[in-house]
Amino acid sequence: MSVLNPSVPKPDLYRFTMPVVAVLGAIFGFITGNIFGSPAIGLVLGAIIGAALAAGLDRITGMDRWKKIWGTAAVFAIAGLIAGGVGGLVGGTVVGVSMGWFTTWISSGKYRASVPSYYTAGQVLWHNTFLFICAFVFFFLIAPLFPVAWLSFNAEDFFTFTPEMLAFKAEGYSLKHYADFLGSDEWMVPLKNSLIIAPIATIISVSLGTLAAIGLSQSHVPGRQAIMAILISPMIVPLIISATGMFFFYAPLGNWLQANLGLNQAFVGYVKVILAHAVLGIPFVIITVTATLVGFDRSLTRAAANMGADPVTTFFRIQMPLILPGVISGGLFAFITSFDEVVVVLFVGSARQQTLPWQMFTGLREQISPTILAAATILVTISILLLTTVELLRRRSERLRGMSPG
Amino acid sequence: MSDTTQEPMIAADGRPLKQSLARALRRQKLRALALIAPLLLFVMVTFIIPILSMLFRSVENQIVSNTLPHTVVALQEWDSAQSELPDEEVFRHLYFDLFKAAEAKEHSRLGTRLNYEKTGLSSVFRTTGRRLDDMGEVFQDPLEDINENFKNGAFWYEMLSGEGGEELLESRRTLWARLTGDSMAGDIGFVPSSQMADMLPWTTRAYTDFAIWTVVEEEDVVAEEDPWEAVYAGLAYDLQSEETRANIASYGGPGAEALKDAVANFDKLPKVDFKAAFAEAKEDWVTTDLWATVQVFSADYTPGYFLNAVDLELTPEGVQAKPENQQIYMQLFMRTLWMALVITGSCIVLGYPVAWLLANLPMRTANTLMILVLLPFWTSLLVRTSAWKVLLQQQGVINDILVWLGFVDDANRLILMNNATGTIIAMTHILLPFMILPLYSVMKTIPPSYLRAAKSLGATNWTAFWRVYFPQSVPGIGAGSILVFILAIGYYITPEIVGGTDGIFISNRIAYHISSSLNWGLAAALGSILLVVVLVLYWAYDKIVGIDNVKLGG
Amino acid sequence: MKLISKLMKPIAAATAIASLSGAALADDHMASNMTIVSWGGAYQDSQIKAYAEPYMEMNPGVSVTWDESSAEAVAKLRAMNEAGNITWDLVDVVAADALRLCDEGLAMEVDHDELLAAAPDGTPASDDFGDLIVSDCFIPQIVYSTTVGYRTDLVPEGTAAPSDICALFDLETYPGKRSLEKRPINTMEWALLCDGVAKEDVYDVLATEEGQERALAKLDTIRDEVIWWSAGADTPQLLADGEVFMGSTYNGRLFSAIVEQDQPIGMLWDAQVFDLDGWIIPADLPEERLARVKDFVKFATDTQRLADQAKYISYGPARESSAPLVGKHAELGIDMAPHMPTDPNNAKNTFLYNYEFWADYRDDIDAKFQAWLAQ
Repeated sequence: MSVLNPSVPKPDLYRFTMPVVAVLGAIFGFITGNIFGSPAIGLVLGAIIGAALAAGLDRITGMDRWKKIWGTAAVFAIAGLIAGGVGGLVGGTVVGVSMGWFTTWISSGKYRASVPSYYTAGQVLWHNTFLFICAFVFFFLIAPLFPVAWLSFNAEDFFTFTPEMLAFKAEGYSLKHYADFLGSDEWMVPLKNSLIIAPIATIISVSLGTLAAIGLSQSHVPGRQAIMAILISPMIVPLIISATGMFFFYAPLGNWLQANLGLNQAFVGYVKVILAHAVLGIPFVIITVTATLVGFDRSLTRAAANMGADPVTTFFRIQMPLILPGVISGGLFAFITSFDEVVVVLFVGSARQQTLPWQMFTGLREQISPTILAAATILVTISILLLTTVELLRRRSERLRGMSPG
Repeated sequence: MSDTTQEPMIAADGRPLKQSLARALRRQKLRALALIAPLLLFVMVTFIIPILSMLFRSVENQIVSNTLPHTVVALQEWDSAQSELPDEEVFRHLYFDLFKAAEAKEHSRLGTRLNYEKTGLSSVFRTTGRRLDDMGEVFQDPLEDINENFKNGAFWYEMLSGEGGEELLESRRTLWARLTGDSMAGDIGFVPSSQMADMLPWTTRAYTDFAIWTVVEEEDVVAEEDPWEAVYAGLAYDLQSEETRANIASYGGPGAEALKDAVANFDKLPKVDFKAAFAEAKEDWVTTDLWATVQVFSADYTPGYFLNAVDLELTPEGVQAKPENQQIYMQLFMRTLWMALVITGSCIVLGYPVAWLLANLPMRTANTLMILVLLPFWTSLLVRTSAWKVLLQQQGVINDILVWLGFVDDANRLILMNNATGTIIAMTHILLPFMILPLYSVMKTIPPSYLRAAKSLGATNWTAFWRVYFPQSVPGIGAGSILVFILAIGYYITPEIVGGTDGIFISNRIAYHISSSLNWGLAAALGSILLVVVLVLYWAYDKIVGIDNVKLGG
Repeated sequence: MKLISKLMKPIAAATAIASLSGAALADDHMASNMTIVSWGGAYQDSQIKAYAEPYMEMNPGVSVTWDESSAEAVAKLRAMNEAGNITWDLVDVVAADALRLCDEGLAMEVDHDELLAAAPDGTPASDDFGDLIVSDCFIPQIVYSTTVGYRTDLVPEGTAAPSDICALFDLETYPGKRSLEKRPINTMEWALLCDGVAKEDVYDVLATEEGQERALAKLDTIRDEVIWWSAGADTPQLLADGEVFMGSTYNGRLFSAIVEQDQPIGMLWDAQVFDLDGWIIPADLPEERLARVKDFVKFATDTQRLADQAKYISYGPARESSAPLVGKHAELGIDMAPHMPTDPNNAKNTFLYNYEFWADYRDDIDAKFQAWLAQ
């Protein structure tokens, strides 16, 4: 949806902006009033403040929108600080930003910017409500990560917000859990193991899985449904059953490898975990790659063959680049499956192959320590950086290729 | 030219076209199979076979007949409906079977197995196992008093070894192999004499068992070891028969003198009464309940675990419902299905708008927002579950905020976890990306022009969505639902941590039986049922939507 | 600096050679690596410091791999045994698990007097450990107890802090949530004790159908207030959060929360349920590995070593002769003896876990207990 309506008229201040902002103000007022035990007064006061704010901001012309927002936030924050200390400061800032943003959004008419101009008021309302619902879902997805990051700086060894933390006192915070994570073999060895096991398992499941998906996508494959069911089965069987079942297979396999091929025990241990994780990742690769291949234009490979390319060249030069997105996303799932897997590795692995999730699992069971939160925070930060970099690179290559960004 | 219309068309290589096409088709099929084969083989070997062998444990029950082979056969005649105990012969077989089992330390394993069916059997077998030696010493001591030679391992070896007993040796070896699970192969330097096997059958059999065990498992030389107490018991029992005593009188082979001494002093030997001996070791042996249980579970394959898994039990009187205070699994299955359904439903409700938004936003914004969807995905499941714990508990973040805002009274904080609510919230969060991604990839393929066309033809927003857009997005809902549902049904770590008592799933019980109670048969039965449920759903899904339509983004 | 490092080099080389030859010597009849299975966390740390580090100092060629799998030990050992590939050399388990492993033939039966060192005064090991040898396979290490901790700041005003176990069931005097272990063991016994059953009759009563129902009926009176835990770390966390008022856990966890972490928590010693933790050696180990393990176990369970462990964690040494040697906490420097479950002041009213009973009734009562929970 590109911008359908670049120049939107400003709505009427008295008949629209002020009442709408007053409603939001009333809601905030009600909540704030509730804290002090008098929601009704809060409601009225909030409505008045909302209307006043709308009028006030509307008068100030020639000011950048974000300056208005931050200005409002600052006023509310100070008011909050005076009324309720540090908690009030945080609450005031949140309320201030929301009010400022909402007021400028309404009064400038931006709320209609992304809908066609013929939309009725009801439709516009629904459209914006819908956006708020989506924002809520995104918040739901991300929200649990905040306490994780926050608690990882806890000075105590529990998953508890201490009064010192809530009062933002320095003694409530410490970096000791990060030091624990980064400075001890107890965590670094599992991290290293995870970083060995997950990529190799991913490569195995992606390479075998992609080949098989290509085979499956050809017409006239006998017993296609049955084959598909078998290949997807690792996803369906409850993990605990898979774990024990696989243990019985991998233990003799390990014996055999050690006895007949003279491999050392540690190496065989890795092989076992890698094979087990590769199997678990396969359904995801199969599903994503077959889905991409459904929309694949067969005439392209025929054309390539017609021009004299052998099947291998055709595969790597024609087919592979086109199905690459599916392969990559399947690979991501496979990687995560291995990187986050705890049940199977608990059975199939031995101490030398302890992975990060295993260490977290023992940590949670034996002594709850925010070190696992520090570990998670570091991993999340790395993945944010990684995902952002990938996205930026993608945009750059698009620009270079002269494609318009979506 | 007119000729060619009669003849089949010829391809470039001179073969008939039909044949050539068929060949090409065959080659194509083969090529497809060749591409699939490596993975299929890989999955079959590393996954399917191990899983099937695990699930096979749900019916396997050879442990009873392997541990008590003769007892089980002798017990077949016995009618459990009568109030009488099995006769002495059964107890005699029990003694010799159990003696072997105790040597191999398999008897308490059988006790554990039967304890699943009847409480208390575990200690019956364990306690009895410790008394078996005493039960044989009763005969060993007087026999050794009667003739010094009976103390001597070499004497026993000389007396009982000979020729013609190969068949007996091999049959005993087979029984050992079944009991221990090892092959028990190898030359043991002992062959029982067929003459002695005829004259002193129980003694020879017990000694052969002893010989095999001594050589194969303990790696000793038979002739240098003193025989088991069971061998003495066997001799004492053999001597009970008048016919045997008469035969000994006319016997002149090795050990004849000692045997004749034993016959002469027969009255010095205590009377052989295994039933009494077992009753003394543990009085449970003289209850019909115990024997009825052994009899019911003596078959090599049992439906018992499956019956247990659906709150029934196998009793001597047939299949019955379990006592009400032990029924749990049907309830758990129902709850698991119901909660998985609720979780799937809430994932649809939350995921659909987001997927729609992502599919209709400019690529640039959509990709940025996609990071928000993927981010929780990159966070360890354990960490996310713990985070929910911090958020949901009564002194947790959500309750704290609500109390601070004055909406909830401090004394009546909301109970959001350690119940079904907690499981549903946490699992919805964990599985939401599995709903959003397939939905998104399906919606991406629906041209926005359809919706505009519908609207320009006069449809309201709602009609346009419901009649035009929604039907096209159904495959996405289907794909997401089947993924979420299947994954949800097998979860156990999250319910374990936030589920309390009424938020746990059947998988939690499976895990319990695998790692704590060691009742793997029951775990396998529960797992098989769960698997069948999932397969039926999968099959139904494939029929209705088609598995090819499952997409995970990309 | 350079000079020093130059000087150091030959010394380091010499040490390396010495340790290599040591390893070579040991290799003759003993394996040089051991995989020891334990619980992880503070408990495993105490074992490393008290047993493994001194042992490795004495035997420089030996290395130890720690596997934190004790919680799954029974299942994994069974699977290893069936698969014929036992990778563990020594496993730390609770006594009930040792009993089961012994029943299943998965643990080696040992002659305690032959394997273990005698006490300094010459008392043979079997007498020094006494009744704590509950199974032929079990080599006791520590006595721990399951007991109850409570939030001192949440005790209602004007009420004395709880002092006996029945405070768990007294919602009127001590309102608030409780946390109890999600299994019948301990829980059912406490319920019966507080329902007026005499201590010595508890297991007789619990063996009957009526007795089991009686225990569940007692638990019914508090079921709405109970949070059920399954991991040892749960109750301390719940107490620290103020999520529960009182809850059961292992005494060492409470010691750590109260003394080391300084949380507002108090603990009861009344009706503490004694339990044991110790080693088992897996059955059918190859000779070299077995020789090494035997050597280690002999060292690690001698009188001094068991007493040393108490420096790091508040569990009582299993040997009678170790008790007088228990010293001070390694970091805090406080006397550890008063924090031992076996200390006479703490052990005024104790309850003994009946292993035989639970080996028999575990499956049956657990089924009833789980059905009761699911109602």
